[in-house]
This record gives sequence, structure tokens and C-alpha cells, in this order.
Amino acid sequence: MTKMNDPLLRVDNLTMMYGDRIGCKGVSFELRPGEVLGIVGESGSGKSTLLRSISAQQEPTKGRVEYQTRIDGTRDVYEMSEAQRRLLMRTDWAFVHQNPRDGLRMNVSAGANIGERLMAVGDRHYGNIRSSADNWLGKVEIASERLDDLPSTFSGGMQQRLQIARNLVTSPRLVFMDEPTGGLDVSVQARLLDLLRGLVHDLNLAVIIVTHDLAVARLLSHRLMVMQQGKVIESGLTDQVLDDPQHAYTQLLVSSILQN
Amino acid sequence: MEQTVNNPADNTSAYNFAYLDEQTKRMIRRTLLKAVAIPGYQVPFAGREMPMPYGWGTGGVQVTAAVIGPKDTLKVIDQGADDTTNAVSIRQFFAKTANVATTEKTAEASIIQTRHRIPEKELREDQVLVYQVPIPEPLRFLEPRETETRKMHALEEYGLMHVKLYEDIARHGHIATTYAYPVMVDDRYVMDPSPTPKFDNPKMHNMAALQLFGAGREKRIYALPPYTKVKSLDFEDHPFEVQSWDDECGMCGARDSYLDEVILDDKGNRMFVCSDTDYCSERQDAGHRGQQHHDQPLGGPKSSPSSEKAAE
Ligand SMILES: Nc1ncnc2c1ncn2[C@@H]1O[C@H](COP(=O)(O)OP(=O)(O)OP(=O)(O)O)[C@@H](O)[C@H]1O
Ligand SMILES: [Mg+2]
Repeated sequence: MTKMNDPLLRVDNLTMMYGDRIGCKGVSFELRPGEVLGIVGESGSGKSTLLRSISAQQEPTKGRVEYQTRIDGTRDVYEMSEAQRRLLMRTDWAFVHQNPRDGLRMNVSAGANIGERLMAVGDRHYGNIRSSADNWLGKVEIASERLDDLPSTFSGGMQQRLQIARNLVTSPRLVFMDEPTGGLDVSVQARLLDLLRGLVHDLNLAVIIVTHDLAVARLLSHRLMVMQQGKVIESGLTDQVLDDPQHAYTQLLVSSILQN
Repeated sequence: MEQTVNNPADNTSAYNFAYLDEQTKRMIRRTLLKAVAIPGYQVPFAGREMPMPYGWGTGGVQVTAAVIGPKDTLKVIDQGADDTTNAVSIRQFFAKTANVATTEKTAEASIIQTRHRIPEKELREDQVLVYQVPIPEPLRFLEPRETETRKMHALEEYGLMHVKLYEDIARHGHIATTYAYPVMVDDRYVMDPSPTPKFDNPKMHNMAALQLFGAGREKRIYALPPYTKVKSLDFEDHPFEVQSWDDECGMCGARDSYLDEVILDDKGNRMFVCSDTDYCSERQDAGHRGQQHHDQPLGGPKSSPSSEKAAE
């Protein structure tokens, strides 16, 4: 059983090599339940690589990822059986992709998209699945009457909110997000961020969010890791890192953002 | 031990018994044994080119060729009828290449090859039912990647099947899938009985006869050994139901069989008749009569819906 003070996730000396090229190198950190960790850095610095390696989507070259499971104690996610790992990924974990098309089934309705995870864990009551889907549509501020519509008839912002609902319906404890506001224009971004912040708080979600937008990082994350050339060069409380950056590269990153 | 049909009269000696060479038949039999050992699991096999196009039952024909022997009696149906072009040509193919007896009577056949229907008459332990399957993968509709569907079968991740049924109910108010209706086999593998109507799904459950499925283009074979548990997928609050008709068969008066609608003229007159022609004529021979019977001989207006080909 999970103890409140135990880390939910422990990443130890994680390295991902693409042949000779470094994806990410020697990354270690812990994440507690309900904690939001931002990963920032310029393009090519290894953010997505790190996220994929942590979230069991890409086996790292070296290092360990341990997760405090609900029933089975702390487990190395790469030592679980594939069946266990896939079950974990669609129940206790969630993934929000930058492009909603990567995270949605475009050829079935919004309701079926939200209901999929429930059916995957054995829910066989149509009426209950449908009302959960409807309920979640409301939580992400999409009108009930769109329940039977295809995601392709939704705007980009709505698709992204649908993707979030589809992921959260099984009450996961850990959510991975890679540039969730990336393709959206500014006003839509702001609304999505607002919604995300509310959900993260209300559901006490632990989140690892990759972004190169420091404003997004500041708004959502408690802690921040700054990456450069595959390595974490600075980490700490978000406000501390952004207001008083220690590393020269972070200073440059912060000042260049301020100039924008 | 090559078996060759030596029949100089119609010059078929160029072919091996049942057309396929013995090595190919052995390979298919090995595949069949594996399929029987793992009910509902799709076993890949090195399918051969047959002297007929895909969509004409090349998968079923290869399976039949591998299991048929000189003493067998073969029946071939398309929809429920023995007299459509497809059924006739497959029957003639085996009459010629294997010199076997053929029949239109369900009870007399030891092997029945079918494209759409399971005969209405209950099958026995000494019979084999061979299905021609166009699309063997039930998960294909929502997951086009073969690597992923294989993994889903291996790990019993079948939630997607219910996503499809959910979508049906959301759009139509009920499960609108009427043929190729997915089933769970032996509490383990989800299987596509394509393209039989769901009316026939309950007949698969606990059937005494061995059921073999051959998909020619996709080169897959799967099987249901006798008395296998077969359950149609559904929701607790939308249970599986078979089609039913308000009408009875116009010819034999049957109320328990699968009915085809037949247009009689251009004035909108129509009638319903059994799709299983053998079942219907047997009932008529026993004196059963439907409203439109009028005691004229059978045969004329029967075959119109059967000539439509399965979409592939
Ligand atoms: N599949 C791959 N094969 C080979 N090299 C890769 C692969 N994915 C990433 N890389 C390399 O690894 C390094 C880190 O890339 P990654 O995509 O993780 O960066 P990122 O920080 O997510 O960048 P961006 O902000 O542009 O998304 C880069 O040098 C990249 O070229
Ligand atoms: Mg990236």
C-alpha cells in the first residue's frame, strides 16, 4: 500500500542513447503524489526522450524507473510483465499528447473515446459508461449534446480537452504531458491551462509536464528541471529556478523569455 | 503416398487428389491441429494460390481440400442456398478434383462448406463445417496495426470490441451489428465469425460438429472444436439478441429459420422465404405450407438475394 511520504515515482540514473547520440543522460529524481514537475529546455535537449523513457514507452539504455503501484508495492516498470505494464499505462497512468490525433480515436464518438478505458478494465454496463462519459465531458467544459459527435467535428482546444477527459476517467494518479498546449493559439491555451490547473488540484494528480513555454511551467508546476543537451543542469522549486536561476544556461533561458 | 485421381474419362489426372499437393495439405492439416488446440486463435498459414479469385472462398477451399477424403460427401452453400454460382462451382471443383459425392441435403453431408450461413438443421459429431472467411481479425475495425492486434489477443486486451458495440448503441439505439458479430471463444479469444449473420451465432455454441475457418487472402485459419463455449459479446443492459421476423416463410411456414426477403414483382409485392433451401424443401416435403405456397414447384424466385457478393 502507498504511504503518503513515499515517492510515487523514482527515476534513477536514466540514460537513453540513440546510437552514439545522447537522448538524455544520467537523470535522477523523485516525484511525490500530487506533485507537478515541469521539464523545460530548448528544442532537442531531450525532454520528450526523457518523458518517453519514464513512461514505459521507450526502454532506456540504462537506469531504473520505479513506481509505487496501488496493489503491488514499488515496482521497476521495465521489469513488470508486458501485461502488467500495459494495464498500469491505461489505468493508473495517463498520457496527454501534444497532437490530440495521437491520443484520440478519431473514428468513434467523444463518448466512446472517454468510455474506452472503462471498457478496457471490464466495465460492461452501457448506461453507466455513457453517464461517466457525459459527466467527464462536463468536467472538461464540453456540452453534453456533443457526446455522440466525432472528435473530428471538435475544435483543437476541444479535442485537447476531450483527450484529457479520456485519460482521467479511470482516476489515474500520474499524468504525463508532452507540450499539451503546443498547437493551440494563446486564448485557447489560457483556458486549457486553467482547466488543467483545476483538475490537477481537485484530483490531486501527480504530473510530469514537458514544455518549452516557461509561462506554462510557472503556472502549473511545483518543481522544475532544466535540461540541456540531454542532461538536467538545474532543478528546484519553480519560483526559485525562474526567479533566481543559478546555471548560466537557465539564466539565458529566463532572460530570453522575459524579452519576448 | 501421393493420391491422384485417375479418371481418364474427364481428363482430371493432371491434378493431385483435391487439387492441392500432399505437402501443402499436410502443412494445412498441421495448421488445423494447432487451430483446434487453441480454439478461436488465428493461426497463420502459407496459403496457396487457388484456381479461383479471392472472395470466392479460397480459404475455405484450401481447408476443405486438406480434410476431404474419397469417402466424404460434400455440401456447399452460399447464403443458405446450394444453387448459387459460387456454391455450384466449388461443389463441381471437388467433384472433379476429388471425385467425391456431393449433396444438397444437410443430413447427408460429412463436410459442409459455407460462406454465410450455418444450416438450420442441427449438425452432428460426424460432420465438419468449413467457413470461408474474408476478414478474420475482429479488432481490425478500430486497430489497423497487425503488431498491435496480435499483442491485444496475446494479452486478452479486448476493451476495443466493446468500444465498437458502444458506438453502435450510441448511433442506433441498439447493437446494430447484424453479421460478423464478435464472439468470445472458450473464455479466451475474441473471434470474428464473419460473415455469418448473428442469427447463427448461438448455433456455434456447443456445436457437435467441428468448425473450421479459412481466410484465403489474409492466410489465417482458426477453429472451434466440438462442444466449445461461444459467447456473443454484449452489454449487461443491452444483451445479445438474434434477428427475428414478423413474417413466416412463405413457402414452408417456418418461424424459426433465417428468412430472406424476395421481391416478387415491380408492384412492391414481396415475400419471405427460408435462406436455407434444404431446410425449406425438407419442410415442404413433410407437408408444411406457407401462405404463398400455392403448391407450385419450388425453384424459380428463390435465388435473388443470394447472388450478391460479400463486400471485400
Ligand atoms: N527516435 C530517435 N532516434 C534518434 N534520435 C532521436 C530520436 N528521438 C530523439 N532523438 C534525438 O535525441 C535528442 C533529444 O530529442 P528530444 O526529442 O527528446 O528533444 P526535445 O527536448 O523533446 O525537443 P523538442 O522541444 O523539439 O520536442 C535530439 O538530439 C534528437 O535528435
Ligand atoms: Mg519534444
